[in-house]
Amino acid sequence: MAIDYSKATGTGSSSGAPGGGGGGLLKPSIITGIIGGVIGWLLGHWIGNSFTQGYQQVQGSGSNDIAEFLGYIGMIIGWFAGLGALSYPIKKMFGAEPETEEPVTEKGWTKYFRYTLDHKTVGVQYLFGMLIYFFTAGLLALAIRTELLSPTYHIWSPDTYIEIVGEHGTMMMMMMTSVVLGPFGNYVVPLMIGSKRVAFPRLEALSFWFTPISYFILLSGLWQGGFQSGWTGYAPLSVQQGVGQDTYILGFGLQGLSMVCASTNIVATIINYRAPGMSWSRLPVMGWSMLSLGFTMILSIPVLIDGLYVLALDRTAQTSLLYSGHGGSSFLWENLFWFFGHPEVYLLAIPGFGLVAEIIPVFARKPVFAYKTSAAGFIGLAILSFFVWQHHLFQSGMNPDMRPLFMLTTELISIPTGFIYLVGMGTLWRARIRLTTPMLFMLGVYFNFLFGGLTGVYVSDVPINVTVHGSFFVMAHFHYTIMGGVIFAFFGAIYYWTPLVTGYQLSEKLGKIHFWTMIVFFNSTFLPLFAVGLLGMPRRVFEYAHRLQFLNQWVSVSAYLLGASLLFFAVTFIWQIAVTRKPTVRNPWGSRSLEWFVESYPPPAYNFKRVPVVLSWPYEYGDPNALPVADIVNETKDLDPVGRA
Amino acid sequence: MSQNVLDDSRSVEATKKVIPKLIAIWIVTSLIGSLLVWFVLGPHLPPGTMTDQAAGAQFDIRFVSTLVPPVLFFIWIFFGYSLIKWRVKPGEDPLAPAADFRGNSKTQGAWYIITTVLVLFLAAFGTYFLVVPAGAGGGEGPNPIWTPGTKNMLQVQVIAQQWRFTYRWPQFGGMETTSIYLPVNTEIQFNVTSLDVIHDFWAYQLGVKADANPDVNNVAFTKTQQLGRFTVRCDELCGVWHGAMYNYGYVVSQAQFQQWATQMEAQNAAVTKLLPKYSTTYTPSYAGNGGGYYPPQDPNANL
Ligand code: HEM
Ligand SMILES: [Cu+2]
Ligand SMILES: [Cu+2]
Repeated sequence: MAIDYSKATGTGSSSGAPGGGGGGLLKPSIITGIIGGVIGWLLGHWIGNSFTQGYQQVQGSGSNDIAEFLGYIGMIIGWFAGLGALSYPIKKMFGAEPETEEPVTEKGWTKYFRYTLDHKTVGVQYLFGMLIYFFTAGLLALAIRTELLSPTYHIWSPDTYIEIVGEHGTMMMMMMTSVVLGPFGNYVVPLMIGSKRVAFPRLEALSFWFTPISYFILLSGLWQGGFQSGWTGYAPLSVQQGVGQDTYILGFGLQGLSMVCASTNIVATIINYRAPGMSWSRLPVMGWSMLSLGFTMILSIPVLIDGLYVLALDRTAQTSLLYSGHGGSSFLWENLFWFFGHPEVYLLAIPGFGLVAEIIPVFARKPVFAYKTSAAGFIGLAILSFFVWQHHLFQSGMNPDMRPLFMLTTELISIPTGFIYLVGMGTLWRARIRLTTPMLFMLGVYFNFLFGGLTGVYVSDVPINVTVHGSFFVMAHFHYTIMGGVIFAFFGAIYYWTPLVTGYQLSEKLGKIHFWTMIVFFNSTFLPLFAVGLLGMPRRVFEYAHRLQFLNQWVSVSAYLLGASLLFFAVTFIWQIAVTRKPTVRNPWGSRSLEWFVESYPPPAYNFKRVPVVLSWPYEYGDPNALPVADIVNETKDLDPVGRA
Repeated sequence: MSQNVLDDSRSVEATKKVIPKLIAIWIVTSLIGSLLVWFVLGPHLPPGTMTDQAAGAQFDIRFVSTLVPPVLFFIWIFFGYSLIKWRVKPGEDPLAPAADFRGNSKTQGAWYIITTVLVLFLAAFGTYFLVVPAGAGGGEGPNPIWTPGTKNMLQVQVIAQQWRFTYRWPQFGGMETTSIYLPVNTEIQFNVTSLDVIHDFWAYQLGVKADANPDVNNVAFTKTQQLGRFTVRCDELCGVWHGAMYNYGYVVSQAQFQQWATQMEAQNAAVTKLLPKYSTTYTPSYAGNGGGYYPPQDPNANL
């Protein structure tokens, strides 16, 4: 275990926070970032247009993809230059030794608008970023449901409709992959493992600052004709599209880079920055899930980036890698996309499971059941997820002889998924259960995911797949696993860690109202969609059979109510942390985990005054004589080893 | 282990006795649930019985659905019991330790074995019902490996393009129609291809689904066994009018089909002469109906 006791790391941040010079508005921040972005875009777009004058433009697009790409690339560079993210690496590259700086100790909220290197600030930035992205894409979903109120009467024109569908799907899939890693992986995991810092603070900060620009680029597709290819971007449709498709490539690609940065950092942090005594067999379950997630990201996301690169070449340099007429193949994109895409769906599942297994023991006052099995479950999911991608292509016509194999590997995934249920059931057995808001959300994950997992068996059975592939059945399946799984876990985690992150307590009553409305309307929205799909309604259509109108209207109304429940969360959450601000007690849930034993809530910039020595497993809730989790517990006056404050 | 803090309800002895009871409840409820699914819901499950393949899919969905109640109820019963029984009671110290155990090798072992067996069984089940009904109606690509026993099949080529389906009939002079009629009690071979982007031919009641890829012949088989109307929908996102890319077809008696086909052949004779020669795939051309994707200098444009 490499614990660095040197002074530089003792500050909780590493050297060279950007900026320094100048003051006021010109100090690097989101504002200078935007200015840089605009300048970069103008420059790039101008260069693109001038040297590709007379160049064959993509037919029917009415615009030049090369200028479009260069404009956006200029914008990205300008954005990071404006944020001050480039000054340190550039100075370093030219051999200068940039000055080391103390972590930003700026008080108040302005630091959240700057490129900062403290993992806790980045975690909070991610939390609010993710909420904004989630709510944006959620609004788009309500726009889709509005169209589907009637089988024939149209609210949107067909192109607007399909653009909304694509924006919703892409935004959710690319952003929500970081929904746990970003806010909680970055904020809590270093504290959990007793570290004063993360391994690569600059990569971590970079990973966050990719997200706003990727969000902006993706949304900018809407006013450039959008893209009609959905989040899956199948070629040649995606080659045929106008410049809106470029926003898909760049938005998704940037988000991919963000994930590569974030996962590299978390993997290195967990491996190298565990406090003395935090052996692998004591690593919190959340740590295991983040580790499996990190490796899966590092191995799968580059394939997406490659695929997007190939697509970008076909669209700009007029290669024909994805176009069968000239030796390419539309199957190439399908394989590249799903070779990333299936691991991607497990990137959404694993962190949710990690939170569930982490939080339930606290409210069960029992050790997590089958700890090793849970870790094996995450690792099993991570590994298997690379061997199943063609189950998305069962009807595509490619290599039919492989179908039994992919059916087998896909169904094998149910085994590690089952481990997670075993862990939950075992932990609750003979427990002492408190149904707090975070606990309810975790139980909600179990309730919802069951439907997602069971219908996974339907979709992976090739003969049944013939009927359900591409229908609302698949759509309901993955909303049960993703929204019902990781999004529920995410909200539970917000209720769980807000006292630590903000120092304020959230109302249990409001939280429970949010939980019950959310779970009722979530199920009422998505359960009928299994039937809708089985009855023959394809995804992403704006017209459907009259006999399905009642079900669709039911779903749309439920979706509005689900939206209302989420709005209720947004309002009450902001209200409680910004206005009422009720201070929390120490360790409000009675957890044994290390993050709660920091000196103050929110934790100081350096996390721990000195690196704690871990004395026991964090889940010793059942043994009143167990040692406290670390030697700092007594110093910080958290005397009771079971975690009573 | 500190037995002193454990009240009776959480002792090993108390819980040992309850497990058989829970199992009994589980067996009874699952039995009822599964019987209801099999007998009441089963016959009404989609996609119906218009073809052998549809009936096969219906059987598979029915079978897998019958396995759902036992799994669902097992989880619900054990979660439900724990939550009701071991929830903190008023007056109880909520932070006091509960039972102290980290695993149970018998339970874990049983769990691993049962889930593995179940999963392997499902994979074998799926494979059997994929292979035996000649690919179960799914697209098998240009060289199908699971084929019906007979050579005597009606060939129907499905040509997808933005945003409609047309059908070519090599056994009827290579004519192209916009409507589709199929004879009953006949093996059908669909050859699905596209002229532009990826579409998907989904004939819902026939239990057939096959992607339409440009330059690929995707073959699917089905055997009609009932008269009636079926819906054809595009099932792969193909652009703006994807949602409107559907039509209807009919399974009719063999005599009616012969009559329809010969009449269409005669009626279309003049047009058929102008069509490109029947082939399993067609190179899309700029002059075609594609969305303008293929540039004018496309070397294949004039083939
Ligand atoms: C029990 C485990 C699971 C099995 C056996 C399973 C199986 C499948 C299969 C076979 C498909 C392809 C269906 C089709 O398009 O024909 C599919 C689609 C999908 N699954 Fe799962 N799945 C499982 C769990 C999950 C999880 C955990 C997630 C995400 C958290 C997930 C998300 C998705 C998504 C997003 C799609 C559709 C992608 C698209 O077409 O846009 N699944 N699943
Ligand atoms: Cu998958
Ligand atoms: Cu289509």
